[in-house]
Amino acid sequence: MNAIKQLFGGNTRQFGMIFALIALILFFQVKTGGLVNGLILTPENLINLVNGYSYILVLAIGMVLVIIAGHIDLSVGSIAAFVGIVVALTMRDWGIPWYMGVVVGLVLGALIGAWQGFFVAYVGIPAFIVTLAGMLLFRGANQFFGKSLTVPVPVDFQFIGTGYLPEIGPSTGYNNLTVLIGLLAVVAIVWGEMHSRNKAVRLGAVVKPLWVTIFKLVLISAVILYATYLFATGRPGTSFPVPGIILGVLILVYGFVASRTTIGRHIYAVGGNRHAAALSGVKSKRTDFLVMLNMAVLSGLAGMMFIARSNASGAYDGVGWELDAIAAVFIGGAAVTGGVGTVVGSMIGGLVMAVLNNGLQLLGIGSDLTQIIKGLVLLAAVVLDVYNKSQGKPSFIGFMTKRLGRKDESGLSTAEPLKETVSTQA
Amino acid sequence: MLPAASPIILQMRSITKEFPGVKALSEVSITVRASEIHAICGENGAGKSTLMKVLSGVYPFGSYDGDIVYQNEVCQFKDIRASEEAGIVIIHQELALIPELSIMENIFLGNEPTRFGVINWAQARIRAVELLARVGLIEDPDTPVKEIGVGKQQLVEIAKALNKSVKLLILDEPTAALNEADSQHLLDLIRGLKSKGISSIMISHKLNEIEQVADSITIIRDGKTIETLDVKADGVDEDRIIKGMVGRTLESRFPDHTPKIGEVFFEVKNWTVRHPQVQDRLVCKGSSFNVRRGEIVGFAGLMGAGRTELARSLFGRSYGNYISGTIIKDGKEVTLRNVHQAIKHGIGYLTEDRKSLGLNLLDDIKTTTVAANLESISKFSVVDVTEEYAVAEKYRKQLRTKTPSVDEGVSKLSGGNQQKVVLAKWMFADPDLLILDEPTRGIDVGAKYEIYGIIQELANQGKGVIVISSELPELLGISDRIYTIFEGAITGVLNKNEASQETLMKRMTAVKKTA
Repeated sequence: MNAIKQLFGGNTRQFGMIFALIALILFFQVKTGGLVNGLILTPENLINLVNGYSYILVLAIGMVLVIIAGHIDLSVGSIAAFVGIVVALTMRDWGIPWYMGVVVGLVLGALIGAWQGFFVAYVGIPAFIVTLAGMLLFRGANQFFGKSLTVPVPVDFQFIGTGYLPEIGPSTGYNNLTVLIGLLAVVAIVWGEMHSRNKAVRLGAVVKPLWVTIFKLVLISAVILYATYLFATGRPGTSFPVPGIILGVLILVYGFVASRTTIGRHIYAVGGNRHAAALSGVKSKRTDFLVMLNMAVLSGLAGMMFIARSNASGAYDGVGWELDAIAAVFIGGAAVTGGVGTVVGSMIGGLVMAVLNNGLQLLGIGSDLTQIIKGLVLLAAVVLDVYNKSQGKPSFIGFMTKRLGRKDESGLSTAEPLKETVSTQA
Repeated sequence: MLPAASPIILQMRSITKEFPGVKALSEVSITVRASEIHAICGENGAGKSTLMKVLSGVYPFGSYDGDIVYQNEVCQFKDIRASEEAGIVIIHQELALIPELSIMENIFLGNEPTRFGVINWAQARIRAVELLARVGLIEDPDTPVKEIGVGKQQLVEIAKALNKSVKLLILDEPTAALNEADSQHLLDLIRGLKSKGISSIMISHKLNEIEQVADSITIIRDGKTIETLDVKADGVDEDRIIKGMVGRTLESRFPDHTPKIGEVFFEVKNWTVRHPQVQDRLVCKGSSFNVRRGEIVGFAGLMGAGRTELARSLFGRSYGNYISGTIIKDGKEVTLRNVHQAIKHGIGYLTEDRKSLGLNLLDDIKTTTVAANLESISKFSVVDVTEEYAVAEKYRKQLRTKTPSVDEGVSKLSGGNQQKVVLAKWMFADPDLLILDEPTRGIDVGAKYEIYGIIQELANQGKGVIVISSELPELLGISDRIYTIFEGAITGVLNKNEASQETLMKRMTAVKKTA
């Protein structure tokens, strides 16, 4: 029992979202045909899962930063749709190559972000209102420019939504690049964790016992290697899909930016206490502006990934995406009041939603029940987190993602020891 | 021993309260008599507030050991409402008023006079006027609370308590945010209530006030009752209280210091700033002053005189609308349009409002320590976390911040230690001029002494330090020179040897008579 407590940061109740995620996967695996023959952990299904949800996770990356800074963005789905239609139209009507289409999309996203960021940061309008307006505005713009029609995108553009890695090197029966990426990821994670651990030891900081770190690394490595195996053994010609690679790169970049750079620090500072941040020399308006700008750029990217996957841009693309992204962020442990949240946590939150969707779909459960279940899961996750924080216990996600994110533990604490659950000594 | 003059109203017997891992109170006992003002003294973290939370039901019966005997009955309060019904009302340090609501609405909040669920405002108004008269507050009951000063807000809190037919009033640091005049009014009011049979328990760090109003004093140290003193019979004075609080005699309230004062390096001329909302109100009226290297300059003024406004408007125009005036630093005129520029030009400002303006309570110690000078430990915008840890650790040792590690969240520190972390933040930013706004507010005697030492050390390094404080003895003890401010204008400057409480007070209020 003690050993488990060590691992989960002092609380056995704290299995947290990672275990919920793993439990969820196993549950659906068994329900769809047994542990071995289930339909969840097959190469085809995982590729579908990645292709079908990576654009939501891309949105969640931007959204967690927005929420940490103390704002919200309701316009992401509409922006994605608007950028999608413009990219599709420019490629069709002007005949620009696919990579120029991507550039157009990103630039347009940045312009929209600058527009919304200006109102939020420099005019001081709450982001809720600015982006509610944006939600209407850009949805309308999508339908105005697209004349409410569906516009197909060229085949080579579809690569960013459905593409695979090429087969290179000797024929091993596996997709060599996928294997390579998986192995590199394991090496990088082990090296990074041990490196930061050694550093902490050298500085005399308090670290978890070595076996805890090793156990954590073995667990993570096993999961990565198993996923690598599945992705590398799919139908010939398939591999870890391109949208997944785009997402992976973004997670690495944004995880690093959030936790280790000055701008990341500023985002947390502004969200945690705007006045204190300003009096420490943080340019809080500029931070707000950049966060909103970034969100719109990522929305544009998500929109392009989506139209590449569905081969066309339509009038109802991106409806409800903002809610999925926001749900992922809150399941991932962010606080509505700002200042708390991690990129990796949001990814886990997003995956929980994705696996739920996917599993229920495979079980043939209709969208009515699926929505009910998703709603309850969102509520349950946040209730659990709030409860744990009120107990002053660190969250499990916090521990597992410590290296990439820094805000995790007991964000609600005050100067006093937290709420009493001291047992009555009558 | 206490004279058995008046009956005992409250006895707390052997109260023990544990938090996970900490024993906050251990066998604490106090006895309060009817019609007395009972002070509880102790350093920060001694357990005073915890004791009062036990008494008022914030920590319900069952979460502590020991008995509360109130009016000869053992009480088991399950929440604040229960204790209020019994006539025990606590007024917290952070006032529990709703700024947008009117004085009247605040007085009756949660206790509205109703008829069939509908509030009877006519009756409420009559009662409000009556209550306001009792606390000596002359304001329209419809005035929103946010429009009156902290001193008057404190009076509204007391009116609210009186409405609940209070018998025992608990005041946690009632005068911490008040100026001398408002404090005096409040203390007089508490004395007046005493003569009407309402007892008070008062927690305060201002020992001179305690000496002035308290009938008896219970001293708590490290969660234990040390002693109970009868002020008149025992002839208690401040030094006696301090001795009980720290367990030894503090030879001096201020460390010895021989200033090494250099030439003038910072000068402000004709600084004029307008109130951010009120168009025709000037918060700084042509203020001019200077600071020399190695000098500690005090700024004395009543609350609302414009001390903080002056400091913050100089610190990158972070308050008010700039109208005119120049800042000359090291012989060159500088323009500081924002806080970032001010820090770049070597100015630091430690705010008076630590919790809402000075700290991100979600942060840990190390992130806070480097927050004002992140660039110096970053390369290409990437923060060197090893360096961050080393810096935080260095200041933890140097300032003797009490914490298990610099990874600890600042919200878990006591007020004095939080202040040390904020000081560390500004020391690491390495300014030439550091403005300290109420640097020892809400901090106990021992930590104050340490902070004075740090301030003197900064001056010894050749920095200029401006100290803004409401406590005149503090200014007199630490400053080499003191400017006085009244209604936004500087009314004089006194050297250490010519300044006294009287001469300062005259200049902090004098202008009114001639104007």
